[in-house]
Amino acid sequence: MRTLGLIAAFCLGGLLFFISFDFPSWGDALSPASRHVSPYYIEHSLEDTSVPNIVTAVLADYRGFDTLFETAVIFSAGLACFFLVRVSERQVPAARFYRHLATGITFRIEKGGRLPEGTGEFERIDSLWVPYDVIIGMTCRLVVPFIQLFALYVIAHGHHSPGGGFQGGVIFGAAIILFAISTNLRRTLKRMSERSSALLSSLGVLIYAGTGLLCLFMGAGFLNYRALAAILGVDQVAARSDGILIVESGVGIAVAAVMVWIYYNLSSAGKQDEGL
Amino acid sequence: MIWPLDIIIVSMVIICGIAAISIKDLLGAAILFGAYSFMMCLLWSVMGAVDVAFTEASVGAGVSTVFFVAAVFRTSRRSKD
Repeated sequence: MRTLGLIAAFCLGGLLFFISFDFPSWGDALSPASRHVSPYYIEHSLEDTSVPNIVTAVLADYRGFDTLFETAVIFSAGLACFFLVRVSERQVPAARFYRHLATGITFRIEKGGRLPEGTGEFERIDSLWVPYDVIIGMTCRLVVPFIQLFALYVIAHGHHSPGGGFQGGVIFGAAIILFAISTNLRRTLKRMSERSSALLSSLGVLIYAGTGLLCLFMGAGFLNYRALAAILGVDQVAARSDGILIVESGVGIAVAAVMVWIYYNLSSAGKQDEGL
Repeated sequence: MIWPLDIIIVSMVIICGIAAISIKDLLGAAILFGAYSFMMCLLWSVMGAVDVAFTEASVGAGVSTVFFVAAVFRTSRRSKD
């Protein structure tokens, strides 16, 4: 079975390698894509949408339908992770660990024991992984706001430089994940609950699809941002640029929330009590 | 495109890819996969596809490595085969 699999893999690899000789070479100006498809966008995208970054214009305007379903794929990935991994009933762990804040002594409290919650002198810690490092905690605390600010910059500046909703959303989610890794899962869940991450991820897709439907109701095609000119009070070219920004922020919200949501489920094995 | 740099990066991509599927330690495989993604990111930026490189760096090398590490943390670190 193993050799059969190896033979199949080598055959497929060889076939793909052989086919790759028929591809036009890298940067070939005479290939069909460079002769018929690319010149249109290179020549027209700036006057059509007033967006200097052609990639963003193609991604969110000319091929906006693709990006809508890419966002839907990310959202379904979060949903699939939730349905596969999440444990619905809240199981009480066999033993809990607490740290006395003033002295740093850790306690193990067996099931049924009195838990020192709410006194303010004890902090609950994870049973598998007990880091207590001032430097890591402080550095991550200082760095997280700047990472989030950079993420917002990447989303908002996607018109002019590389970046956009996907990258900015992932960076924003990564900042929250960094906070979760440097402190613990329960403290992160207090700041961004599972409910809000699920709601935000669907809100992002809703913003995208809602923008498209709004264009439809204004009398243009689905995701034709020109129709938004009347609502936004700008001319049609600027409306396309603004439509891209609205859609990209929807993508950013959805992607950031889905990344955090998947991390919550994966790192805590669905219990969302003790995590990485 | 500087060709010696290009060849070094491509060979690093192949080495990381083969090492990631042949290593027994799954945490090591996750980290090698992150290195693979980062080399791919360099390759995209060498070819001028800066947007794709940015996505590869943030999604491939960043968040997916964290997801792999979280999954390894919750399952087992040794591979069965």
